[in-house]
Amino acid sequence: MNSLLLIIVPQIAALLAMLWPGNHTRPWFLPAAAIVHTLVAFCLFIVPPTVAPDAWMGFDPVARAVLPAVSLLFLVCAFYGVTYLKVRGERPNRIFVGALLAVLGLLSAGLQARHLGLLWIFTEAVTLAAVPLLHFNGTPRAFEATWKYLLVGGTGIALSLLGSLALGYASLHGGGTGDLTFVALMSQGAGLSRPWVLIAWVLLLVGYGTKMGLAPMHTWKPEAYGEASGLVGAILAGGVTSVAFTAILRVRSVVGAAGEGAIADRTLLAIGLFSMLVAALFLLGTRDFKRMLAYSSVEHMGILAIGASLGRAGVAAALFHVWSNSLTKGALFLSAGNIRRAAGSPSMDEVRGMGTITPHSAALFVTGMFAVTALPPFGPFFSELKIVRAALETGHGLATAMFLVCLLLAFFGLTRVVFAIVDGRPRNASKAVGKNFVETAGVILPPLALLSLSLALGLFAPTVLHDAWAAAVTQLFPQP
Amino acid sequence: MNANLNLLIGLAMGLNLLSLGSSRLPNLIRAMSAQGVILGVMPVLMEHEVDWRVTLIALATIAGKGLIIPALLRRAMRAASIDRELEPLIGFVPSLLLGAGGTIAALALTQVLPLLPEHEGSLLVPGALATLLTGFILMVGRTKAISQVCGYLILENGIYLFGLLLIKAMPLLVEGGVLLDLTVGVFIIGIIVDRIQRAFDSLDTRKLTALRE
Repeated sequence: MNSLLLIIVPQIAALLAMLWPGNHTRPWFLPAAAIVHTLVAFCLFIVPPTVAPDAWMGFDPVARAVLPAVSLLFLVCAFYGVTYLKVRGERPNRIFVGALLAVLGLLSAGLQARHLGLLWIFTEAVTLAAVPLLHFNGTPRAFEATWKYLLVGGTGIALSLLGSLALGYASLHGGGTGDLTFVALMSQGAGLSRPWVLIAWVLLLVGYGTKMGLAPMHTWKPEAYGEASGLVGAILAGGVTSVAFTAILRVRSVVGAAGEGAIADRTLLAIGLFSMLVAALFLLGTRDFKRMLAYSSVEHMGILAIGASLGRAGVAAALFHVWSNSLTKGALFLSAGNIRRAAGSPSMDEVRGMGTITPHSAALFVTGMFAVTALPPFGPFFSELKIVRAALETGHGLATAMFLVCLLLAFFGLTRVVFAIVDGRPRNASKAVGKNFVETAGVILPPLALLSLSLALGLFAPTVLHDAWAAAVTQLFPQP
Repeated sequence: MNANLNLLIGLAMGLNLLSLGSSRLPNLIRAMSAQGVILGVMPVLMEHEVDWRVTLIALATIAGKGLIIPALLRRAMRAASIDRELEPLIGFVPSLLLGAGGTIAALALTQVLPLLPEHEGSLLVPGALATLLTGFILMVGRTKAISQVCGYLILENGIYLFGLLLIKAMPLLVEGGVLLDLTVGVFIIGIIVDRIQRAFDSLDTRKLTALRE
């Protein structure tokens, strides 16, 4: 089984979808490609292929620890997409379907990139391929969101290229031959020029951190997630951010090999805590339930950064959190998309009583909210618990306290908005719009499936998963 | 060879200041495209024997940064029928002062950085830093979308200057991908500018405020 299939299948499907004439039948390309993608991903997951050490691409342990989660998320979202595009049948979906499939292929490529330059190219390509997804709705607000996404994301991507060049120069200065695979860079280790490694780390952290949505580079997120459909939000929050996070992990391993791991960990911890704090404060202030999800995503990116800063146990926990966050956040985005369409507005000032208009979506939304705020026995509870344990074991008492306070503040913020929307008597305006929205199985089952997966992850995450995360940690930290 | 190269980098740095000081958009675009052409010539000057790879990079840079993108920007400018940056957030004189100060700081900073012997005395690193800073000032300090796109391009030019340090060591794939992606990125930004114009009838990004917290 060739891991390049994960890249080629979605790209061919994207091409076919762009050429396909029927607007109503075209969305079926999404689940068709996603099923093949997930099957291949899980075959490779169970029987991992051997990757040549100097290979530029490959299904290595790091890719194995993250890629199946993205594939699973996309599979569920693909089925949701069929129903979503049927409801939005009046809009041509040629570019939307093509771009969505292209994003899947490029995400798979980015997760498998073992070369600094290739990794950058795929991240850049994902950024650009996601643009048509954001302005699918064609409203002025969607254009505004797209503009900000491009300007902030473009700057982030430019800085990560500069960081890649700086890391290349660090290698060249240390006598390297210009081999930019992560394996070669790590084997150069202390031979890398220290000042250039530090410059590269800062630039790459800011650059890929922008794509992840770490504060203070998160400003594009509320706009983009607020205006994009729930489906796109789920893919961006669960897929694109995962690629950026693995990029940071791979770069971190090089910086660690160069002997500057302690500095890298301190910056990751600081930026992670700052992201959580900013997100928690904005969660307490926002009145828009889709922007709320964006801030919640910023918060969880902060949790990932903190996990990544805590050594081997922390990174394993962070990889666990990538899974639990992707799946749970996906359920939230999809159910929020349903509520948004039935309510006609994303603001808690204009929407209430959605528990009676869309009872199923509201139930999923509330459950998802509890899951994402770490209610046991859902996945996020266990992954965050592991991060807290790793933090305490490494002696980060103060950071742990801040972490828990931020979680609490975020919980207040989320419950405030969610219950304002779900409870109470529906407004007349919402009733009128809500009549046009029918809670079919097509829009209820996908978020339910994601939520069940999150629950399953918490209750009985199979040992093979834990082994995969441990293998990735071994790849990232060769010497204990 | 190094002297010629430094002359060109000096010219590019002068164009940075010119673009910071110009209030008319055609001048800004002209300065930017001139910088693109200068950047395109540099790799040919740097190599002792010019092979097809270097020629390709040079041609692609000149065509992309010097011709195609400026032409697209001019079209976008005509479509929006604006040609002036009237109320910049950072005025023209302050941006010039910032740019000049930044250039001096870049020269000073380069003294501290460890460089390979063959890059000692070259203006590539300070030139790259000064150009990056110019791009940032334009992106942050201007309100018209076209000026911001120009700023983004000048930022990219700075990265390209830095990339020239690695042109021998970096494989073709990286170079090709870099050029392609950056160009495509601007294409798409151009399309977006076009669409924003249709939606707002003005390219003033200050009007993009519906999504404010």
